[in-house]
Amino acid sequence: MEKSVVPFADELLIIGGSAGSLDVLLQVLPELRVPVSKAIIIVVHRKNINDLILTELLSAKTTVPVKEAEEKDPIQQNIIYIVPPDYHLLIENDKTFSLDVSEKVNYSRPSIDVTFSSAAEVFGNKLTCILLSGANADGVEGLKAAKRNGGTIIVQHPDSAEIPYMPLQAIKAIEADYVLNDEELKDYFARLNV
Amino acid sequence: MFIIKDEDVELLINDLLEIHGYDFTNYSKASLKRRISNLFITDRFPSFAEFRYKVRTDNDYLLRFVEQVTVNVTEMFRDPLFYKTLREEVIPNLAARPIIRIWHAGCSTGEEVYSMAILLKEANLLHKSLLYATDINPSVLEKMRKGIFPLSQMKQYSENYHTSGGTSSLSDYYTAQYEWAIFNKSLGEKIVISTHNLVSDSSFNEFQLIVCRNVLIYFDKDLQNKVFRLFDQSLETLGYLALGSKETIKFSSITAHYRQLGNKEKIWRKV
Ligand SMILES: C[S@@+](CC[C@H](N)C(=O)[O-])C[C@H]1O[C@@H](n2cnc3c(N)ncnc32)[C@H](O)[C@@H]1O
Repeated sequence: MEKSVVPFADELLIIGGSAGSLDVLLQVLPELRVPVSKAIIIVVHRKNINDLILTELLSAKTTVPVKEAEEKDPIQQNIIYIVPPDYHLLIENDKTFSLDVSEKVNYSRPSIDVTFSSAAEVFGNKLTCILLSGANADGVEGLKAAKRNGGTIIVQHPDSAEIPYMPLQAIKAIEADYVLNDEELKDYFARLNV
Repeated sequence: MFIIKDEDVELLINDLLEIHGYDFTNYSKASLKRRISNLFITDRFPSFAEFRYKVRTDNDYLLRFVEQVTVNVTEMFRDPLFYKTLREEVIPNLAARPIIRIWHAGCSTGEEVYSMAILLKEANLLHKSLLYATDINPSVLEKMRKGIFPLSQMKQYSENYHTSGGTSSLSDYYTAQYEWAIFNKSLGEKIVISTHNLVSDSSFNEFQLIVCRNVLIYFDKDLQNKVFRLFDQSLETLGYLALGSKETIKFSSITAHYRQLGNKEKIWRKV
């Protein structure tokens, strides 16, 4: 008999965050109920957490499989992909990943802008971007691209963000579809499938 | 912001192949599109038609285009533990050879090649080594020829160097002048520099070690396979193939007669 293959994701959720975003992730991921019909990508800036530790930390909080995004991987639903440190993650038209070591963007590699923008082109209105706490303006240009292509924009409420700078920049620059505090974010993750 | 459309990328790829002989057909389209869009914006072209005309007709601009569209970012001792493995497990196995031939394919401005020269020097093997440094872009190779790198990077490189097991001081290998680190001439003497296009050029020698890092991530599977065959033809039995930290030969046609060292670093030995 054919082994069951994980279906391709036609919807994508990308979560971008910087300083202060890890705690939010640890809070919201346990709310997810398997199987999630979307693919989820997490792009976080991090200085000293190595990739294995981050993957382990997040895996411990959810039954959805968590793995590092690898070049040429097909994007599948019910998987949480972590962008590896020191690479940008791009998305090809055939919904596979490409890694890229080009210049840092907003002092960051991976850059949230790069992945949001690239995904916006491919996933259009099937894309949801969430921007969390952080101390730089990465993500804002990417949210604009997502918006232009019909995607949905969610920004963590600056009052509930540990470092409100990044969400504030986003809210100033674009009209977010939702601005959610921590409880609302949890609720969003709990209802991701319905 | 992406202004260039998928169809525009296809047009440019065709022009490059038909007019100039550069084949980007099997490159990552997402990266090409992003780089082309950035270049289009930076160089302030009023329209795509003018941009395309310039690429088709102006040979100087063509060089700039190819350089900008390929990604040339590099570092000394990037991924220090990779270099530690070279230092401890690979280089000692090459020591008995009368001449050690190493090929750095897609070496960009040469930081990687100078790092290797330092490892060989510290193993007392540089005098009998030859480091072939190749890239598709003549301009990055020109930079390497000078052996001069930005001084501002040296703090990072020095940390990398020590993590890779280096016990001297990186500054022993260069003199600082204004904002530049000028590397000792003796390191450059064994480096042979030449353009080489992995897509269209063939094997040119036999090596004991081939290093090709962060180049294959820009190629699709077919092109990766083609390049792996080229490397296989260019590598002696018991020679080593070293790739970037996110690259693998695992799914390729040559994988059967290669064995990975340990399991963390992306280094394989031909058996
Ligand atoms: C990201 S750099 C990698 C530099 C270095 N190996 C490192 O890992 O730091 C990629 C290099 O591959 C070169 N390249 C791209 N396509 C190539 C081709 N077809 N043949 C040879 N070199 C190529 C680019 O010009 C660039 O210098």
